[in-house]
Amino acid sequence: MTQEFIITILATAITAGTPILFAALGELLAERSGIINLGVEGMMLVGAVCGFIFAVKTGDPWLGVLAALIGGGLMALIHAFLTVTLQANQVVTGLALTIFGTGLSGFLGKPYIGIPVENAFKPMELGILSEIPFIGPIFFQQDQLVYLSYVIVPLLWFLIYRTRPGLNLRAVGENPASADSLGVSVYKVRYLYVTLGGMFAGLGGAYLSLAYAPTWLENMTAGRGWIAVALVIFATWNPLRAMIGSYIFGGIDAFGFRAQAMGIVIPSFFLKMLPYIFTILVLIVVTRKAMANRIGAPAALGLPYDREER
Amino acid sequence: MIKLERRAAPSSVGLVLIPVTAIFLALLTGAIFLYINGLGSPQGITWKKVLAVYGGMLDGAFGSTYGISETIVKAIPLMLCGLGVSIAFRMQLWNIGAEGQFYMGAFGASWLALTYPELPVYIMLPGMVLLGLLFGGLWGLLPGIPRAYLGVNETITTLMLNYVAILWVNYFVFGPWKDPQGMNFPLSKPFEPSAILPTLGDSRVHFGLVFAIVIAIIIWFALRHSRWGYEVTVIGQSPRAASYAGMNIKKNIMLVMFISGAIAGLAGMAEVSAITQRMQQGISPGYGYTAIIVAWLAKLNPFTIILVSILLGALQVGGYSVQTSGVPAAIVSMIQGALLFFVLGGEFFNRYRIVLKNQKKVEV
Repeated sequence: MTQEFIITILATAITAGTPILFAALGELLAERSGIINLGVEGMMLVGAVCGFIFAVKTGDPWLGVLAALIGGGLMALIHAFLTVTLQANQVVTGLALTIFGTGLSGFLGKPYIGIPVENAFKPMELGILSEIPFIGPIFFQQDQLVYLSYVIVPLLWFLIYRTRPGLNLRAVGENPASADSLGVSVYKVRYLYVTLGGMFAGLGGAYLSLAYAPTWLENMTAGRGWIAVALVIFATWNPLRAMIGSYIFGGIDAFGFRAQAMGIVIPSFFLKMLPYIFTILVLIVVTRKAMANRIGAPAALGLPYDREER
Repeated sequence: MIKLERRAAPSSVGLVLIPVTAIFLALLTGAIFLYINGLGSPQGITWKKVLAVYGGMLDGAFGSTYGISETIVKAIPLMLCGLGVSIAFRMQLWNIGAEGQFYMGAFGASWLALTYPELPVYIMLPGMVLLGLLFGGLWGLLPGIPRAYLGVNETITTLMLNYVAILWVNYFVFGPWKDPQGMNFPLSKPFEPSAILPTLGDSRVHFGLVFAIVIAIIIWFALRHSRWGYEVTVIGQSPRAASYAGMNIKKNIMLVMFISGAIAGLAGMAEVSAITQRMQQGISPGYGYTAIIVAWLAKLNPFTIILVSILLGALQVGGYSVQTSGVPAAIVSMIQGALLFFVLGGEFFNRYRIVLKNQKKVEV
């Protein structure tokens, strides 16, 4: 393998990992507040289709991104209403959201199948940064949304671990009753972060339809939303680790895509299985480790909060 | 001001009213989207036209003997997959891998039919049933083992295995099993007549319906009258109490995941044997996912699952039949998703009543 080839694989790992990263960051925020949202796949699809439609209609990919944020956010709002206000089962509501989102995106996107998008996000160099040997071509010859993710990840880390709102967020996810008694509105915090989480999932979807493979295809997320949910567990609810995990998954994706170019003769069907099988293996390893070290999910994750029962 | 008050017991009116209202609201949601979608069309759209789409769906699903038989044909895999996932759900195991288990069951049955085509019918069909059950069951057990011993999240692992199963089947229908006379389509050779499940009368309704009804009866009986059924119920409600009572939770998790997958696998077997009569790409339009809705709408009751499956089967047949008039088939999964939302939301009113501040109670 030449150095150039390694650089290509690693650069592709970042591109392929970014949609998963955005979605995982969103899920991470929702779960930090105590709400599991298994509708990531559906929210990503809605984000992808909204982003695509608006980018095609207006010619401006940024308006597409805005539409994807709104689309993903509105989807998440349904989840928030059902799980926070009506205290519905979070697992089943999330599944319903995925089924609904798959249908909605297929419905809205039907006239757009096979239409190209002009002005899709394209890689752009970042001056001197792009010229750093090895690092430059991998990290700094990417598109604007990847650069955006470089900024968001440390910001979210700072928000969660170093600020007052972050402390409130963690408190709500760990112990809603005591957060409530300290004057934090559990309902407001949960609504806020579940919705924000949906916006991130929508952004991840838009990355797929506007940068990674600039087109609209039914079910184009192909399980990335679910991989993002698994990744949050791998990341132990930490944005920095989510970033590393996303790039590993992106790398496996990229490897499966390019293995044949490397002269590996495995039928493509088996190579395409890699991200899914890897997700399962990672979950098994991580769960074992988490059990040994007693690192776990936010304590109130999945439990509805009822103020009357405090 | 509106206040909420917890009910002492679930409202009995709600048991009927909630599902009926949910169906109505889901159809209304679909109608609104159809209306908005039609706004840009040159002919213009009226509510009358939206209503005509629903009329077309109803007619497609129930308007003819053919429609009714197609509705039941679509309902059979939903019944079986729904029964499968409902057993897991009873134990709070979120098996959402029925889709993959369906594919693997179909794969196991097809393997026998294609590898030993000369087998006589009385060995072939029982053999295909067994392999369908076994392959589906093993595909359910696979995520069941790490769930039992390590507590690995089965929602994600069962779902990941759906993608693996579909790719696995695609490998065979695009590769080793591809029919040389298939004009390059991703499908296997047709099965021999000995590998085809009998149908009821002249219709396409096949023996799978009998499987579904028998399994529903067995599940109902096992849950109500067997020690094992009692254990499943107790573990589902309170794993801690179950383990104090000395129940073997690990063994039950694996057993339930196996059974759950096996029933979905049987659905796959029935589908390839009776409907496609060969293995091919895309044998399921998402039966495994719709089954989740079926199980939840039916509140995990085996007989209600049969009825709800017919309802959702009709929705699918209706959806296909209006596709020719330009309505995307995706409207079906939208309505299904919305239906589940309204049922989930509606359950809230089973637990709470809305009380206006002047103490006037509004019954729901």
